[in-house]
Amino acid sequence: MYEFNYRRASSVSDAVASSGQSDDASYLAGGMTLIPVLKFRLASPSDIIDLAGLGELKGIRTENGAVVVGAMTTHAEVAGSSEVRQPIPALADLAESIGDPQVRNRGTIGGSIANADPAADYPAAVVGLGATVHTNSRTIGADDFFTDMFETALEPGELVTAVSFPVPDRAAYMKFPNPASRYAIVGVMVSQSGEEVRVAVTGAGGSVFRVPEMEQALAVNFAPEAVAGISVSADGLNEDIHASPEYRAHLVTVMARRAVAAAG
Amino acid sequence: MTLTVTMTLNGESVSAEVEGRTLLVQLIRDHFRLTGTHVGCDTSQCGACVVHMNGQSVKSCTVLAAQADGAEVSTIESLAENGELHPMQQAFKDNHGLQCGFCTPGMVMSALDLVANNPDPGEAEIRDWLEGNLCRCTGYHNIVKSIAAGAQAMRS
Repeated sequence: MYEFNYRRASSVSDAVASSGQSDDASYLAGGMTLIPVLKFRLASPSDIIDLAGLGELKGIRTENGAVVVGAMTTHAEVAGSSEVRQPIPALADLAESIGDPQVRNRGTIGGSIANADPAADYPAAVVGLGATVHTNSRTIGADDFFTDMFETALEPGELVTAVSFPVPDRAAYMKFPNPASRYAIVGVMVSQSGEEVRVAVTGAGGSVFRVPEMEQALAVNFAPEAVAGISVSADGLNEDIHASPEYRAHLVTVMARRAVAAAG
Repeated sequence: MTLTVTMTLNGESVSAEVEGRTLLVQLIRDHFRLTGTHVGCDTSQCGACVVHMNGQSVKSCTVLAAQADGAEVSTIESLAENGELHPMQQAFKDNHGLQCGFCTPGMVMSALDLVANNPDPGEAEIRDWLEGNLCRCTGYHNIVKSIAAGAQAMRS
């Protein structure tokens, strides 16, 4: 790791102000991605601003019928929360499928979505459930938040404070995990809220994406067979030693079908 | 730039001067000389470095020492009392839950977090929980047996 200046922020405004005064600052949430990245010397921020002390970013509450998850809430807390599991079991299940117990004890929802790893699980939840991302300065709709591989709509220094999830009528997340890391080779979140259906895919492309053709088919008939014959193009999908673009395209249909079946 | 980190380590209040980039596992091993916590992969995959921080298992190779400022940290050295093994350690010994032993401190500390959440975990739950702990000797079978036996001993 290269050297950096470490400081712990005392409030959201203190964190944002510190970031503004630095040439090249990084916020540190749970550190489950940032610390490995620093160890590999893939990033060399001059300043690390630790958000761990910010109680205002922690916790889960229900507000106007939506489940609001503070940015510094860990995956283990989301997985273990009855306030999440009772209204949106798909979200609790998704959090429980991330990494391993030690990663879930440290990793946070805010850190995950700000990092926007193409194979992370939470982007599928944010887009698949039509969530709203709250930052220190504004709110950003799910469909506008993830812009590209490791890219989001966040401005430099802008800090995610919470994510608010509307409660769907039904939803489920299915993923084909990398057997070693548990990152999604392909993960699909399907939800239905009244007449709106969302199908969001993570792991397959550079960034999470929706599949409008599946959404339209499910709006007419919310059943596994409605998506069984719909496939996405392999063009531009991710390719690595674990899966080819064609295999990922195939998995999108399989995972979508299973998610619809699981959502019941 | 150095900073002072103060924590409760295995029940004792300690402090040290560290760099921002010092890892918790480096502080534990190199500064406090508690070498029971191992560094295996150094990439947060193998779990040999698992310790408890504020009662939860964490991978200390992927936590900055500075992040542990003010925390309660406990390592494998905190378990045995007066020369007597903790029931979970004893269970690993009795059930041949280790061969080379390199992964064992992490396995034991991870297992204790599981038992804290569920005093009577089933085999599937134990295997699922061990997702973040790699053992290259045993094939896990006796580790799973050890954890079930350790949990039982802790209940009685």
